[in-house]
Amino acid sequence: MKTYLLPEYIVERDAERCIRCKVCVNQCTYDTHYYDAEDDVIRSRDENCVNCQRCVTFCPTHAITIRKNPNAYRENSNWTWETFRDIKKQSETSGVILTGMGCDKPHFTYWDRLLLNASQVTNPSIDPLREPMEIRTYLGAKPDALEMELENGDVVLKTQLTPQLCLETPIMFSAMSYGAISLNVQEALARAATECGTYFNSGEGGLHKSLYKYGSHAIVQVASGRFGVHPEYLDVATAVEIKIGQGAKPGIGGHLPGEKVTEDVARVRMIPPGTDALSPAPQHDIYSIEDLRQLIYAIKEATNYTKPVSVKIAAVHNSAAIASGMVRAGADIIALDGVRGATGAAPKVIRDNVGIPIELAIAQVDQRLREEGIRNKASIVAAGGIRSSADVVKAIALGADAVSIATAALVAIGCTICQRCYTGKCPWGIATSDPWISKRVNPEIASERLANLLRAWSFEIKEMMGGMGINAIESLRGNRLALRGVGLTDTELKILGVKMAGE
Amino acid sequence: MMKNIGKINNPYNDDKDFDGCSLFGMMNLEGKRFSARDPIRAIANMHERGNGLGGGFAAYGIYPEHQDDYAFHIMYLSKEAKEKTDKLLRENFEVLHDEEIPTRTANVRDPPLVWRYFVQPIKQRLEGQSEEDYVIAQVMRINTETGKAFVFSSGKNMGVFKGVGYPEDIADFFRLDEYEGYLWTCHGRFPTNTPGWWGGAHPFNILDWTVVHNGELSSYGINRRYLEMYGYKCTMRTDTEVLAYAVDLLMRRQRLPVEIVAKIFAAPLWSEIDAMEPKKQQLLKALRQTYGSLLMNGPFSIIIAHHGEMIGLTDRIKLRPLIAGTRDNFLYLSSEEAAIRLVSPTLDRVWYPRGGEPVVGKLGERPTIEVLAYREEKVK
Repeated sequence: MKTYLLPEYIVERDAERCIRCKVCVNQCTYDTHYYDAEDDVIRSRDENCVNCQRCVTFCPTHAITIRKNPNAYRENSNWTWETFRDIKKQSETSGVILTGMGCDKPHFTYWDRLLLNASQVTNPSIDPLREPMEIRTYLGAKPDALEMELENGDVVLKTQLTPQLCLETPIMFSAMSYGAISLNVQEALARAATECGTYFNSGEGGLHKSLYKYGSHAIVQVASGRFGVHPEYLDVATAVEIKIGQGAKPGIGGHLPGEKVTEDVARVRMIPPGTDALSPAPQHDIYSIEDLRQLIYAIKEATNYTKPVSVKIAAVHNSAAIASGMVRAGADIIALDGVRGATGAAPKVIRDNVGIPIELAIAQVDQRLREEGIRNKASIVAAGGIRSSADVVKAIALGADAVSIATAALVAIGCTICQRCYTGKCPWGIATSDPWISKRVNPEIASERLANLLRAWSFEIKEMMGGMGINAIESLRGNRLALRGVGLTDTELKILGVKMAGE
Repeated sequence: MMKNIGKINNPYNDDKDFDGCSLFGMMNLEGKRFSARDPIRAIANMHERGNGLGGGFAAYGIYPEHQDDYAFHIMYLSKEAKEKTDKLLRENFEVLHDEEIPTRTANVRDPPLVWRYFVQPIKQRLEGQSEEDYVIAQVMRINTETGKAFVFSSGKNMGVFKGVGYPEDIADFFRLDEYEGYLWTCHGRFPTNTPGWWGGAHPFNILDWTVVHNGELSSYGINRRYLEMYGYKCTMRTDTEVLAYAVDLLMRRQRLPVEIVAKIFAAPLWSEIDAMEPKKQQLLKALRQTYGSLLMNGPFSIIIAHHGEMIGLTDRIKLRPLIAGTRDNFLYLSSEEAAIRLVSPTLDRVWYPRGGEPVVGKLGERPTIEVLAYREEKVK
């Protein structure tokens, strides 16, 4: 069948600049560029190009420009280029359209409509270069009150707190499994988390033995596929996360195509090589809230109550009520993943249409838990669309204890969000299990880039806090007076629990 | 109705009130009563720190003839409010004596009708509540239900006197020179957004607890949301109210000693906690983990008082002033040293407490938990 799909991008090569070094030919994992020996020229197959900018970045003479295909169908507000492509693709394949990374539509971002406060006159702003500025955060259940007794003139604490995660910066790395991303990338995340005093998350693909040494900064996941879950896996980690849902694909399980299941990935996941690793949509032992309680306590029993248990859900319509149930079921951490959260592979229709923005979910969950008097019983970790330190500060002011980032972390090590993670051919060596492509990420350099990003954001967070006259992050957490809204309706302001700017 | 108090107190619907202030506290550690003369002179000496839009006093030990009765000071903005409140009071309390608080003409603005009642709760009405919780509930009810009545003092053998004017003028108005107490705290106010409302002046009071406060809490938003989880309704929309409720939650309801409460309001830095010996570290760490939402962040100095105890505290990086001094059996706390020197030119000791380090004056032998280990500046 002849394809009616037009190339999305056009590769332009400046013949005068091109020195035929073939860097582009070697770098492109989609076979876009090839060398024509007869004419001594490099040519391109435009239809293969995903606009990942790998060749552009590495071309020594800057000879390449990638352009959006200027050919366009007749203009139509309803029938966009994307709509055309999707329909043509499906009429040629009868397939579900897969995609990678997070929702790319513009209509969900509330961060850009929230503005922060600063001190003027009546209270002083604080200079983080000259004064202490504290962003350490502890995740886990906190008691209603502490009991203490006097022993020989000393106050002695009688209340024993349940296990807590100590974060030196309120930013963790979101769950990304080995198989979805390469081992080199996971190692870089583990090393950066260790260096910066925060946590990486194994995702649902098990934990490679070579990463056990980073266990003190690891959260391991127990998901519906139970891939790679065994006693040592639970023991080596600092916290365990039950994955119910993911922001990019609420209601469905993780997908790892068989092509990415190499010998090594298979061993870590405890499945045969080359088989599709398809996690069931629900956890088949959790059909209700009381079932969740059983799994939470099964994990707590298995780990002898030494580790906090996190439960991760996609932000959906009834997140507040669901979160309340999760806290009552014994979750120490509620991980919320918003509609803009990314993925290695998801049906595009689900990624772009299911779930709610993380901002609204944080506000509603935090408020509901407070109204029920149980906000202290669990920490809230927000993820799904955190792009900058300002987003982090806004998330915390809305009510999150900490955030997790994944897309921003991958961008730091090369990702250009070309949204083709599901192919396993990531030209940047990130979303792949191909040993040859994986070599493009050097764990040492990548971990340095990640640690740099965390340090830069941490410093920016301190600057913003200092401006507000706050020198400890617990005074920012849930402090919605630090926020004002612009361009929001009364209902949106009410749900976010913030006032209008100028009010 | 609930809205009314909040609206009167914070008419522009700002996040909270913004003000600067002067504080003064004076306590006889043996419990001997003394006249208001010195406290009035001292706070008047800091005239420039206020702007005439708020002044007030808390005095302990002033009603020995009614020492076991709750003394309610109530301000009324209308006659109907008084009628309603009288009815409410008589339904829920045995009113042993009531009278208009004696006043004289003074340089104050629009004084309301101020009345005091000495009352005992009607036992059958407690219904399992503690007497204190019952009194608090009734006070909240009057303050929210009747509209134009406001209980600004509700402890036993103590009283709050406050209003719109310079503190020396408020003292003149209430004829405070005629009272004797063993502990006085005083406040002169420089509000920026809550002018003209008598109830908005300091001290803030519930039962025998009072707070005078100089500062603006940048953490107000979360302090308030945390307290709301424990049933407090922050109707006044001021950060001082938040401090008063936090004191009530931690010291009265949870019975935490003042030295511990100081470490919650003005927590040590993590770097300091990390360097402590293990047991102390465990305690201080748990305090920050559990009560982080009650960290009072931003500039403040406060004097908290209740029977037998006067506590001075500043924020942990001391963005507002506090000076302490002792002479014989007197403990002085003040925003400025000059005010102390005015009433006691020679002092046994005078010092500038470090940020977050409480100064605690305790009366005689009271069954409170002493935590000497965590008190670095012990009052002699």
